[in-house]
Amino acid sequence: MSEKVLMKGNEAIAEAAIKAGCRHYFGYPITPQTEVAAYMSKRMPKIGGTFLQAESEIAAINMVIGVSSTGKRVMTSSSSPGVSLKSEGISYLAGCDLPALVVNVQRGGPGLGGIQPSQSDYFQATKGGSHGDYHNIVLAPASVQEMAFLTAKGFNLADKYRMVCMILADGTMGQMMEPVAIDDIVIEEVEKPWALTGTECKRPRNIVNSLYLKPELLEKTNFERFEKYKAVEENEVMYEEYMMEDADICLVAFGITARVAKNAIVAARAKGIKAGLIRPITLWPFPKKPLLAAADKCKCFISVEMNMGQMMQDVELATRCKKPVYLCNRTGGMIPSPEEVLAAIEKADKGGAQ
Amino acid sequence: MEEILKNAKRVTLFAGHYGSGKTNVAVNYALMLKKAGKDVAIADLDIVNPYFRTKDSAKELEDNGIKLISSEFAGSNVDLPALPGEIYSLVDIHDRYAVFDIGGDDRGATALGRYSDSIKAENNYELLLVINKFRPLAKTPELAVEIMKEIEYAANMQFTGIVNDSNLGEETTAEDVLMSVPYAEEISKIAGIPVRFTTVTKKIYDEVKDKIDNLVEIHLQDKII
Repeated sequence: MSEKVLMKGNEAIAEAAIKAGCRHYFGYPITPQTEVAAYMSKRMPKIGGTFLQAESEIAAINMVIGVSSTGKRVMTSSSSPGVSLKSEGISYLAGCDLPALVVNVQRGGPGLGGIQPSQSDYFQATKGGSHGDYHNIVLAPASVQEMAFLTAKGFNLADKYRMVCMILADGTMGQMMEPVAIDDIVIEEVEKPWALTGTECKRPRNIVNSLYLKPELLEKTNFERFEKYKAVEENEVMYEEYMMEDADICLVAFGITARVAKNAIVAARAKGIKAGLIRPITLWPFPKKPLLAAADKCKCFISVEMNMGQMMQDVELATRCKKPVYLCNRTGGMIPSPEEVLAAIEKADKGGAQ
Repeated sequence: MEEILKNAKRVTLFAGHYGSGKTNVAVNYALMLKKAGKDVAIADLDIVNPYFRTKDSAKELEDNGIKLISSEFAGSNVDLPALPGEIYSLVDIHDRYAVFDIGGDDRGATALGRYSDSIKAENNYELLLVINKFRPLAKTPELAVEIMKEIEYAANMQFTGIVNDSNLGEETTAEDVLMSVPYAEEISKIAGIPVRFTTVTKKIYDEVKDKIDNLVEIHLQDKII
């Protein structure tokens, strides 16, 4: 039987990471993510792990590179401006094919922005965000339980594909408290013959590096890496469909806005409008297939986001612009209300102008 | 409940582990004092929690004629750990009841240290430890008492009683609350302070009312999502 406890989303991430075998956490405090670090600072010393508050986000991500090179499970967490600082290191992790879990509990931007929740780092997370040809696996939880589940899943995916896996949450998901059961966490052990564990003079030395002196070799490495990305796109897409069986209008939303969208869908159906939701759980790889299939059945899409319409572009690409895609959004730390989303559904139902 | 309100001190302070329900209990307690005919104000001393603040209940408090003193930055887009000077009006002027919502853990309670000398000098206060068995870092009585001592050290005040607020949010069952009673009693025994009251929502009040002493019905703050 699973034992439930009451946790903040940020705490659930931290506890799930520990249960997933992570014993190395490097971070730097920033609202609204700080509870991840605070929780780690209490727990890690009691279980023989390492909690280290680095002197900056840049230092923290470089410590992640170091630990990951040794084959250990390692993570860092931050909120939007802090993730920008970590971006260089994320590109180096990708260039070295190192697994790591990076958590972004988003707040409003750009710049210092504000401390209220946001989803405006969608581009940064899903399109790379730093320099070079690379992808992160991006997971978008929509409940405290999913914060825990996807954290554990994220470590497994990162190890399996030797990639950075990013949890893209927002301040509300990080701060809200819900009952959660953090057990049934399966650690999928992966052999790491590439790790720097000491040769003991028994094997050739391993090198972890992202510098290639010959462009031919760098090109080859990039081609091979994108073969790996193709496998991720084929095998690891996750999404949820909600009331899509007979939907005329398809809402697309992730994380906290998906919860708002569900309330609005129930209200719309009470008014006789058949709305449904496709909730991407993996933002990269993006659930293109179910969206394309929905484009043949639905008359339009509404992308519900807490940014200026970043995911909307992926919805248009996935559906190949077969049907109109409308935007229902708030930004800068504001959350769309179910009433606002309902109004967008009603407008779209009437053939709505953009 | 009448008994609890009759014995209410002029100043009631709610402190405890992060996320144990202090804000919700403080708001409910202030409303109860008001309904019992007392002139009451509530102060938000939380400088660690960015979201879900006393200020979220501003309208309910105002509608009930309860003055709220809170940082003008609470719930805003800036993260300033600043407290308004007006809080001194509740500490230094003794003409009404005052309820204090203290931030979580020792970090949150540090802010209370600034007012503790005046509160102790007046000597008409109760500092209540809000506990929740379902918070993982305070799941055993020993862990809860450890946190309690850290808070006392930071606040420079000793707890005088316990509020058992054990809950799993809206999923709380009568069984959950009953299961928390021995936990609260054990903390009471180790800490040497009494359990003043146990909180439950309306949904399960009737189910447990004959089984738990000093039961208080509370409602949860409105959720935005």
